[in-house]
Amino acid sequence: MLEINNLSATIDGKKILKNFDLEIKPGEVHAIMGPNGSGKSTLANVLSGRKGYEIDGKVYYEGKDLLEIPIEERAQKGIFLAFQYPTEIPGVNTNNFLKTSLNTVRKFRGLKELDSLEFLKLVKEKSKNLKIQEKILSRQLNVGFSGGEKKKNEILQMTILEPKLVILDETDSGLDIDALRIVSDGVNSLRNKNRSFLIITHYQRLLDYIKPDFVHVLVNGKIVKTGSSDLAQELEKDGYEGVEAAR
Amino acid sequence: MKQQELEKSKEYKYGFTTDIESIRAPKGLNEDVIKFISNIKKEPKWMLDWRLKAFKRLKNLKEPNWQKPKYPKINYQDLYYYSAPKSAVDKPKSLDEVDPKLIETYKKLGIPLNEQKKLSGIAVDAVFDSVSVATTFKDELTKKGIIFCPISEAIINHPDLVKKYLGSVIPITDHYFATLNSAVFTDGSFVYIPKGVRCPMELSTYFRINASETGQFERTLIIADEGSYVSYLEGCTAPMRDENQLHAANVELIALDDAEIKYSTVQNWYPGDKDGKGGIYNFVTKRGACRGKNSKISWTQVETGSAITWKYPSCILQGDNSVGEFYSIAITNNHQKADTGTKMIHLGKNTKSKIISKGISAGYADNTYRGLVKISSKANNSRNYTQCDSLLMGNKCGAHTIPYIENKNSSSNIEHEATTSKISEEQLFYCNQRGLNQEEAVGLIVNGFCKEVLQQLPMEFAVEAQKLVGISLEGSVG
Repeated sequence: MLEINNLSATIDGKKILKNFDLEIKPGEVHAIMGPNGSGKSTLANVLSGRKGYEIDGKVYYEGKDLLEIPIEERAQKGIFLAFQYPTEIPGVNTNNFLKTSLNTVRKFRGLKELDSLEFLKLVKEKSKNLKIQEKILSRQLNVGFSGGEKKKNEILQMTILEPKLVILDETDSGLDIDALRIVSDGVNSLRNKNRSFLIITHYQRLLDYIKPDFVHVLVNGKIVKTGSSDLAQELEKDGYEGVEAAR
Repeated sequence: MKQQELEKSKEYKYGFTTDIESIRAPKGLNEDVIKFISNIKKEPKWMLDWRLKAFKRLKNLKEPNWQKPKYPKINYQDLYYYSAPKSAVDKPKSLDEVDPKLIETYKKLGIPLNEQKKLSGIAVDAVFDSVSVATTFKDELTKKGIIFCPISEAIINHPDLVKKYLGSVIPITDHYFATLNSAVFTDGSFVYIPKGVRCPMELSTYFRINASETGQFERTLIIADEGSYVSYLEGCTAPMRDENQLHAANVELIALDDAEIKYSTVQNWYPGDKDGKGGIYNFVTKRGACRGKNSKISWTQVETGSAITWKYPSCILQGDNSVGEFYSIAITNNHQKADTGTKMIHLGKNTKSKIISKGISAGYADNTYRGLVKISSKANNSRNYTQCDSLLMGNKCGAHTIPYIENKNSSSNIEHEATTSKISEEQLFYCNQRGLNQEEAVGLIVNGFCKEVLQQLPMEFAVEAQKLVGISLEGSVG
């Protein structure tokens, strides 16, 4: 699904990712953990195509050179980034945004576009599972949303767009324990043998709910340790410094 | 088509020219030309006298120069003031007699005129250069006593109404361009809605400039008699030319007791090319008088075209409890310039006005909101609310907000809010990551920014206007 070889990313003259390697197979859930400034969000940004980075190395997505593909096409081809800080777009109705996005993606995949009624039916069902109040969907996109509402809205978009590769960028930050459970249930319900996840997080907390197949520890732009989900527990106990000291 | 032309036509799809034989007045501005216009339109003498009076006055007037966009001096002697397709000079009696070339032209512009394919629920008056070439649904409207016809016809068939109201809101002495228009105006629409009648369909006029070196001098007059209602919409396009062409219109609205006029404009004149060559000078005077008590006039404009847009659709709130509204979107891209806004003159008691202005600037463009709110000493308990928002794209464009406020009545209240913002990289990236390309993303964000104004447009046009907003900004990011 995704193969990252020797990836380096530099921004403002500062090298953030250094010779980074990672392979994600269909159906796998990978967690990337690491301290502040280790390059976690940079990884999410580079994979989703955000501008401003000097990039070296190769990334293959479904066998194609991902770095050559424009941002919107990456999204259409099934890469979904759940943003750490979802941006506000005043005046744009949340439902309309989501419908436009869904239909663009469906069109690309050769599926029939949904009309308003079909869309509303779909969104009603999905938002119910995530315990999202329908009235927030008729508000302006992310404007005046609480931290929790923003994150839930990201997960709602994910469940509706049905991506192939999901990148969750610190989705757990700012969530209370109930919201964390709901968001995790949303992610777990999407897990299947074809869909892969890359979960970026500071804390082990989220991984109590979403059990990853692999945990990688990212320090200074490089993976310093890879293990099973037990590694997350260790980290919680010994901290990132402990992992580094043990190297 | 050559590659270059093909590229150009993608930018402005209404830029084609109709090859048609036309009759022109001799070049230049003088009494003979005014007589030519009056004569070819078979006008009565009072109309010619009115024009000549304006022309006499014009000689003592100077073009105003306080506006922000400057332009090279216009040589008024080097323009044609009348140009009409030969086939349309004697106005065809029915739509079947209209020159197929003209029908084809309007079809290409998305305005079907032939009987079978007429836009349902919308009556259209089609003005081509200096003449109206067709008006649809006339008979149906006549049954309700509604008059909807070219103003040149109204002058002949309804002289009493024209004499009473023409120039009653914009006096012929008003200012240079209004006076010029009064002397040489050629066509436009005339609307009269009788007492107590709610006009059953949208009325609209579609203005097309086709001939080169020709100015278009539109004159529109709308009268809503007591307790009546009308919604009117105008659209405008022109071919792509390297020269600058002048469109100087006068539009007068009169609302009597308890009457309401909703006037919408979707202005898409040729804006000039990427380097600012060519394009229409859109110098327009639009003014409405809320003459009766409880009357209401609402202006909505979507200004996306023209090299220079210079207009202030205004409301004179004479009647007690009358209401004036101005909703505006002005989009300037490349080298376009706009200086637009409104005047709300509160004279009657308990009068209310609302101004919502959305200015969007991209490329090297310059966009100014200029507005006056004036509350006279007798206008007790009057209110105004003004909101001006500017959106900038890139860092080579400009946005300016110039509000003039005069309040002479202590029981009245004026509120003004203004914001300036930019489309952020963050917002674009978010949209891209959800599958939208750069242009779709910009269209979506800008439409969100303009939403309050777009909502004011009649349903039939809102979708078109939304698309136009997106198209006007193509190529402005990334």
